[in-house]
Amino acid sequence: MKFSEQWLREWVNPDISTDELSEQLTMAGLEVEAVQDCARDFHQVVVARVEQVKQHPQAEGLNICQLDIGDMNKLNVVCGADNVVPGNHYALAKVGANLADGRQIRSTEIKGVTSAGMLCSPAELGLGEDTGLLLELASDTSPGADLQEVLCLDDHVIELSVTPNRGDCLSIAGIAREVAVLNGAKLSPPDMQIDTATIENKRAITLQAAEACPCYVGRVVQGIDINRLSPTWLTEKLRRCGIRSINIVVDVTNYVMLELGQPMHAFDNDLLNGEISVRYARQGEKLQLLDGQNCNLTTQTLVIADESRAIAMAGIMGGLDTAVSKQTVNIFLESAFFSPRAILGRARDYGLHTDSSRRFERGVDYTLQRTALERASQLLLELCGGEAGPVVDICQSEHLPKRRTIVLKAENISRLLGIELDSKLVTEMLQRLGLTVTENETGGWQLIAPSFRFDIDIEADVIEEIARLYGYDKLPSTAMQSGLRMHPISGGTQLHHLCQLLVSRGYYEAITYSFVAQQLQAKLFDAQKAVHLLNPISSDMGVMRQSLWPGLLMALQYNIKRQQSRVRLFEHGRVFNLDTTLRQESVISGIIYGKVYPEQWDINDISCDLYDIKSDVEALLGCSGQLSTVSYRNISHSALHPGQSIEILQENHVVGLMGSIHPAILTDLDIAQPTFVFELYLSRISAKSTVKFTKLTKFPSIRRDIAILVDDDVAVSDILKCIESCSSKWLDNLELFDVYQGEGIDIEKKSLALGLTFQRSSSTLIDEEVEGMMRNIIHTLHSEFGATLRE
Amino acid sequence: MQAHQQIVDKAVRLIEAATDLATLDQVRIDYLGKKGQLTQLLKQLGKLPAQDRPSAGQAINQAKQLLQQTIAKHKEALQQQMLDAQLLSEKIDVTLPPRGQRSGGLHPVTQTFADIQQLFMQLGFEVVDGPEIEDDYHNFEALNIPEHHPARAMHDTFYFENNLLLRTHTSSVQIRVMQDRQPPLRFIAPGRVFRCDSDMTHTPMFHQVEGLMVDEHVTFAELKGLLQDFLHLFFERDMKIRFRPSYFPFTEPSAEVDIMGDNGWLEVLGCGMVHPNVLENVSIDSEKYSGLAFGMGVERLAMLKYGIDDLRIFFENDLRFLKQFS
Repeated sequence: MKFSEQWLREWVNPDISTDELSEQLTMAGLEVEAVQDCARDFHQVVVARVEQVKQHPQAEGLNICQLDIGDMNKLNVVCGADNVVPGNHYALAKVGANLADGRQIRSTEIKGVTSAGMLCSPAELGLGEDTGLLLELASDTSPGADLQEVLCLDDHVIELSVTPNRGDCLSIAGIAREVAVLNGAKLSPPDMQIDTATIENKRAITLQAAEACPCYVGRVVQGIDINRLSPTWLTEKLRRCGIRSINIVVDVTNYVMLELGQPMHAFDNDLLNGEISVRYARQGEKLQLLDGQNCNLTTQTLVIADESRAIAMAGIMGGLDTAVSKQTVNIFLESAFFSPRAILGRARDYGLHTDSSRRFERGVDYTLQRTALERASQLLLELCGGEAGPVVDICQSEHLPKRRTIVLKAENISRLLGIELDSKLVTEMLQRLGLTVTENETGGWQLIAPSFRFDIDIEADVIEEIARLYGYDKLPSTAMQSGLRMHPISGGTQLHHLCQLLVSRGYYEAITYSFVAQQLQAKLFDAQKAVHLLNPISSDMGVMRQSLWPGLLMALQYNIKRQQSRVRLFEHGRVFNLDTTLRQESVISGIIYGKVYPEQWDINDISCDLYDIKSDVEALLGCSGQLSTVSYRNISHSALHPGQSIEILQENHVVGLMGSIHPAILTDLDIAQPTFVFELYLSRISAKSTVKFTKLTKFPSIRRDIAILVDDDVAVSDILKCIESCSSKWLDNLELFDVYQGEGIDIEKKSLALGLTFQRSSSTLIDEEVEGMMRNIIHTLHSEFGATLRE
Repeated sequence: MQAHQQIVDKAVRLIEAATDLATLDQVRIDYLGKKGQLTQLLKQLGKLPAQDRPSAGQAINQAKQLLQQTIAKHKEALQQQMLDAQLLSEKIDVTLPPRGQRSGGLHPVTQTFADIQQLFMQLGFEVVDGPEIEDDYHNFEALNIPEHHPARAMHDTFYFENNLLLRTHTSSVQIRVMQDRQPPLRFIAPGRVFRCDSDMTHTPMFHQVEGLMVDEHVTFAELKGLLQDFLHLFFERDMKIRFRPSYFPFTEPSAEVDIMGDNGWLEVLGCGMVHPNVLENVSIDSEKYSGLAFGMGVERLAMLKYGIDDLRIFFENDLRFLKQFS
């Protein structure tokens, strides 16, 4: 909410500076977002009365205006605006004047006529939008008077961020009330004349949805002159509060809304048909709104209607058909209370957030309707003539908001705030806030919130008000008092280890968006399982990620485009898959691209391959201490190279995937070299088990190395498993130290060099025992895999 | 007598002339070995007259000892020389860069999380986690934000079918934990949150840390003390901090916390005392228990701490950015 400081000070004027006022409001929970001068600086601009207007002899469309600028001074200016009328008052920038946009005015000759200054538009003075029309000043301004003073431009526009609970501060009166409370100052509202009725014309009102609209006040005002200009004091106040001047009637209703906080509406009375009713829209009912939008109303939408149709969306916007126009002579003024429930959500449903809906949603003082109507009538009669009919005030008070009695206990103030407050001080603060306060004999208070506050409903709300008024900064600050208990170390620690491990293996951590492009993801994963956003920010972020690979691939591509030739990234986070239910699993994933090592002086570097990323994966899985339960299986996966895709299993459960990204996908992404990825499901990896110590043996070990020849398609892991299973428990270590194919070996065969270390804990092994074990192993390998010893 | 003296003199000369261990050993063999010259002299002792034998034997033995000592000393000197030479030859440029893998680095958001966690864990706060796809109840309803509440307008929410949504704040974890467990409770919940908003100063995803403590006699004064300590320690400096009244539907009283920056106050977190309705929603007696809650934007804290001026750079994953924090 933007407001004029001067306007506020008409209501309440404590002896504090603008800065102090801002600080005070902010610390009271009405955050001041900005304080600006109400107009940009200009000098030597004065009020001028136009005495005569003559057509410029040489230039069509230009006029020569003779001006009275006071003290019997006259001068001529050339002017092209349409709204120069003899007798009216305008703003003259004299020769030597500086305008808001930095222009300096000089005496100029326009087609043979000297112009001793310039008549200004609001835009030229920084007071409004450019309409090509001159700023018209009220007729009571004196020619020659400085415009800065006439318009009271020594003012600030203060912008408040009003939180949703403080709808009561969406008006000058509301802010003034708050400032008065904070300063213990007196409010001085303007005189508001009551009972302005002089004629009998009226329109009947019925409330057909009293729970949504328990109070509707209306009256007819006849014979107004809608073409009268709104006076500058009024348009200036509106402007400083961020509202454009429309016409005198709309300006007045807006003025009252800003002043008192009561949104109002004026209909053209001659376009209404019979009785006014407030009801829910009928099935299929339509309404064209003031902004031209055609709405198909739902039956949850509250409308104002006459006997033939809906004429306004209640509390949100009026209809176009019945709006006041330049031809309007008679109006019907509305001032109503709509319950927040009836308005909440409607503005959103229709995409209409108006000054009116904002106030009704948050709660408008339900005792204000008649006052506001009288205030608006008073201003209208004063500014554009006419006569007012009687006020028709329909109220079903049983449907008005209820203010229940709130019980406040003294001990709860200290229990929540950590401070003992004097009960007299508490009573005084609550009274200042406008609550009805009854002190209990047993200590404590019974309270009733004022009709303008919709956010004081329970004890905690009152305690907040006390804290706010006492001052958050003055409340004590203490160390924590509560008892500490140990709790088990959560899984988060484990994740931190995994991240650190990858960092020490050369990875940088990435954080990518949780939503990705459907197009990319569908190439990598089963699109049936993807979770779609209903309102994505863009199609690039249309579906929830099913894996971290799409994000990591995009991050890789981004870095390659920025001349990075070696990239290692990892990320951890949730992935989302629709199986029978929605799964949100935590995973850790990595991507590697480029050389194994960063460029350096002593390593003839090679490009990374699957075995590099497998080493990182084993390091991660090793953190669980149960690497021996891990196995791998070649699978087919749409994201991966069919010959280089691995499912990672632990105790026969899938715990992750790794492989080389499918070359076709790399081509699509413009990634030139092979790219390797892994993904581990954190919750599926076995938890770290407590290690059981094995005694160290003092007896020596014996090692035997063999080289065997097997068919190329035999999986090495099968060979290793076979050796382990057919060896005695004395096989202490098994190492594959060479794999060879090529010269000296048959095509379709490969040579495997294996180192077997035997050791017995109870005594030294003798050669014969080891030879026996070796013979058994070689025999088994031969019969299982056709393996032969390489000579 | 002169014979062995001559032998000794020559042997000493040869020992001292030896420049390597092999030559030196040859000298030892030549003089002290089984067939060495001194050994031979000893063997010829028997040919001497009996009365001369003791003195001659003694002299030869002395000569033998002398040679042994000389050889040992020279051997030591030679070994030292060789070690010196080896060390000299093995001198390398120790300033050459190291070999092998270089360490990567953690994302600044993770580092900021870690800093925050470490501080709160000192006071016994647990770290808990919750789902990112949430339902309306946990993200809004249970937090005292019913349908159509104006506060929902402050949360531009991403929706899915079946009334599911992406959590707009980590406050939803409060509800999940309180539904499962009874007070005393003390935890922080770090995580990703989502708002349907993207421009210079907003990304559709960012990170928050939510904190909650529920116990008997938890006060606003403790909330102030806790967060003042946290901010001083997190930013590693003394600074002006202010608590100013604000509004969150799930806390009452509510506050925003500002720190004094170079150009005035900067909002860094929101906090308050848990709203009684929230406690009642999870069946915690609000007459017996009270709670404090706070929530902070991690990117905002990281930006202030590290001097980062662009929010979007956090999610570009540019290695040039990430390397700065390793």
